[in-house]
Amino acid sequence: MLARILTCPRTLAFIALTATTMLAHAAAAPMGYADARHLLARTGFGPTDAEVNVYAPMTRGDAVARLLREARTSAITPPPAFATATVLPRRPGRDAPVEERKAYVQEQVRYGLELRAWWVGEMVVTPSPLTERMALFWHNHFVSSQQKVKIAQLMYGQNLTLRANALGNFGALLHAASKDPAMLVYLDSAQNRKGQPNENFAREVMELFTLGEGHYTEQDIKEAARAVTGWSLNRDTGEYLFRPGLHDFGNKTVLGRSGNLDGDAVLDILLAQPATAEYVTTKLWREFVSPDPDPQEIRRIAQLFRGSNYDIKVALRTLLMSDAFWAPANRGTLVKSPVEFVVGTLRQLEISLASGLPFAIVSAGMGQNLFSPPNVKGWPGGNVWIDTNTLLARKQFVDRLVRADETSPQMIPVAMAQTLRRQASARSEQPLLAGAVPKQALAPQGAANDDTARSQRLAREVDRGMRNLHFDATVWLAARVGTTTDDKERSAQALLLALAPQSPPPSGDDALAFIRATLQDPVYQLK
Amino acid sequence: MNRRKFLNVAAALPAATMLHGTIASFGTAQVAWAAAPAATKPGYDRVLVLVELKGGNDGLNTLVPYADPAYFALRPKIAVKRDEVVQLTDRAGLHPALAPLAGLWRDSQLAVLQGVGYPEPNLSHFRSIEIWDTASKNTEYLQDGWLTRSFAAQPTPRAFAADGVIIGSSDLGPLAGGGTRAIALANTEQFLRRAKLVQTTPIAGNPALAHVLKVEADIVQAAARLDARYNFKTEFPAGNFGSAIHTACQVIANPSGVAVVRVTLSGFDTHTNQTGTQARLLKEVAAGLVALKGALDELGKWNDVVVLTYAEFGRRPRENISGGTDHGTANVQFALGGRVAGGIYGAAPDLGRLSVDGNPAYALDFRGLYATVLDQWWGGDSRSALGGRFAPVPFLKA
Repeated sequence: MLARILTCPRTLAFIALTATTMLAHAAAAPMGYADARHLLARTGFGPTDAEVNVYAPMTRGDAVARLLREARTSAITPPPAFATATVLPRRPGRDAPVEERKAYVQEQVRYGLELRAWWVGEMVVTPSPLTERMALFWHNHFVSSQQKVKIAQLMYGQNLTLRANALGNFGALLHAASKDPAMLVYLDSAQNRKGQPNENFAREVMELFTLGEGHYTEQDIKEAARAVTGWSLNRDTGEYLFRPGLHDFGNKTVLGRSGNLDGDAVLDILLAQPATAEYVTTKLWREFVSPDPDPQEIRRIAQLFRGSNYDIKVALRTLLMSDAFWAPANRGTLVKSPVEFVVGTLRQLEISLASGLPFAIVSAGMGQNLFSPPNVKGWPGGNVWIDTNTLLARKQFVDRLVRADETSPQMIPVAMAQTLRRQASARSEQPLLAGAVPKQALAPQGAANDDTARSQRLAREVDRGMRNLHFDATVWLAARVGTTTDDKERSAQALLLALAPQSPPPSGDDALAFIRATLQDPVYQLK
Repeated sequence: MNRRKFLNVAAALPAATMLHGTIASFGTAQVAWAAAPAATKPGYDRVLVLVELKGGNDGLNTLVPYADPAYFALRPKIAVKRDEVVQLTDRAGLHPALAPLAGLWRDSQLAVLQGVGYPEPNLSHFRSIEIWDTASKNTEYLQDGWLTRSFAAQPTPRAFAADGVIIGSSDLGPLAGGGTRAIALANTEQFLRRAKLVQTTPIAGNPALAHVLKVEADIVQAAARLDARYNFKTEFPAGNFGSAIHTACQVIANPSGVAVVRVTLSGFDTHTNQTGTQARLLKEVAAGLVALKGALDELGKWNDVVVLTYAEFGRRPRENISGGTDHGTANVQFALGGRVAGGIYGAAPDLGRLSVDGNPAYALDFRGLYATVLDQWWGGDSRSALGGRFAPVPFLKA
């Protein structure tokens, strides 16, 4: 009987139709709170209840489409004051008085701090968290560091370029980021000239920006380095400048393509390689989906990405609509970066800031000093974010944030202090080179003392920032959905944690104790 | 067994034992290896201090072949002047900023290891340091650090505070991989204060969660066994490297022990204007090492510590147009300690016979240095950790 029903064509058609309708229904159904929270936590910083509730009634497809459609290409926070100047400050020469050179360094250090404060502030208030997440992603892809560039204006300009193209076209972004003035300094392109090529950019553009290791030879690097000779910058305006006199117009062969190649031609050769699309897609997968890219899915998405002429929105839409993105097994499998952790906590607890600076410093102490990634490969991310030192820094931060009863300045931002010292001491090397000043003047002792003093100043900055915050646990918890305290606590956990908590919350009605325990839960480190 | 499963199993062990409060009982599952009773017999009561010179220190300006005209020809702008080097032999001398190490050299406690590298060198920072940290072949991609693999085969005593302490860096390097108990900290006092925020829970869940839980368990165990009470008379240099050395000494002063301490000094990637930068960095290195020796003498532990420097690669012999040097290959490293047999080991790079990309061939395989540590310093067996037999370099006294 059953067999007869199943073999009846009309029944089969009905079954097929029902299955299709059910699937379509699942895709067309409101995704609900948990899915909306997952989408926003993965594509932004920690979402607020209100944000989750905007997306919960939408289908997954509509929600992803809206996120991509509404992504901004510029910041809403006014630029830091130093960044509006159209002419770069003139770096004092080697023969300039010590005071003048010192003043210049101090000014750049201050600008660097203003820049970090500005970006963290933007992340906290932006209506388009995806834009900032993508700008941060590209900052960690097309890496440059204020530590080497030493001109905050250029780092700011690069940040604008990364944001403007964050969800645009990867090819255009590659060309723009390669000729970006901060990049020209960071990877020594400005030092690269005919006859004496500097290979730094040529190597990293293949290894880290496009192909990934194993898809090129040392010879390709040498030839590509010749092709990008002549890329330079105007030291007055800080703009890109091609200097034909320094360019090698000879024949070059890169990845089997020969000709009088220039830098742009090399970038186009790299974009034409399938490895580039797969490399970038893999990196996006690790950022948004899971720590374990699925090779088959990577190939599928990379093909679509390359087929769209590198439309970043195509790659993102496909990743966010993949089964893997929504799979329950992949929820809570990514570690929040320090900036996500800090900014997300401020957003979720709805804490408003006077300045982003203390939180830029705190993130640096956790291993992510914005505008100063550790090296050209960027922050490795993933589980590496969490070691005994950084985990304790995170726990202390949230503890202090909600309790606000610890007064001693304990957050010594080692990474940032180091960076600042490098910036400062780099100037003092110049006299030695010129042989004008005795070696004692190098004075690592002095540099180190400056370093300590700077650390202490930054710690005081954090202390002040943290003291001036206002968070009322009782008010925050009362605003959660639910009639009883238990209901409200469950709502709070559903908002704050990507998975069920590891340790049971404390009993009793103490809102502060409950929130504190939730933020200390190991699951709070995950997204 | 895939890596993730291995991590989960390995990570679950310490927490489970700690929950029952019977760390000693772990010994029934895996016999704690070689905590030798006497300091004269090799074992994990001997400490390895690794000093990473990150970015690729320029070996040719560290141990200067001041009698070789080829050296001056390759480096018209950045060569160290002949009359400035700290002469060690009639051919080689140290960079002047390393002058504070001259005493150790005279006492025959400083080994200078030259031509250190590996076959078919990779010139990428990341790949090359990965090769060094994982002791892998150029063609081989390994996840775990060489010390992680060695400790997996020959565990440190369970009672140790940790396998190793990484100071002032988040990159675990040779201790990478989930299997080890590696503590990364900025300074001991801060670590102990903050550790009070941590409770342990059984290790479970996805790899990211299991990692967080494992780090929490490591914190709890280390915090129970480390303190920062020792007051050294030795003065430590100001600055991050100096405080890292100070912290290293505080860790070593604890009787409950770690087998390895790693400190890092960054900034050696001198593509431009190398001279001043390298001088400043080497001066920091020398001051830090001298303080380390002083503090370990105070503890009576100078004979129980060997210091080994390392970096991802050396730099190219020919200077570039920017007064700097590009990525190179064979490099100079140092080993020092009370049991080090001073002298120069390996062979100076042959500047007349450089490869097509302008780099010298190596003379000592870096894995031979690791074999010295694993086989001779700790009295273990380096073969499984290093994936084969590498002849130790005889820089330790017999």
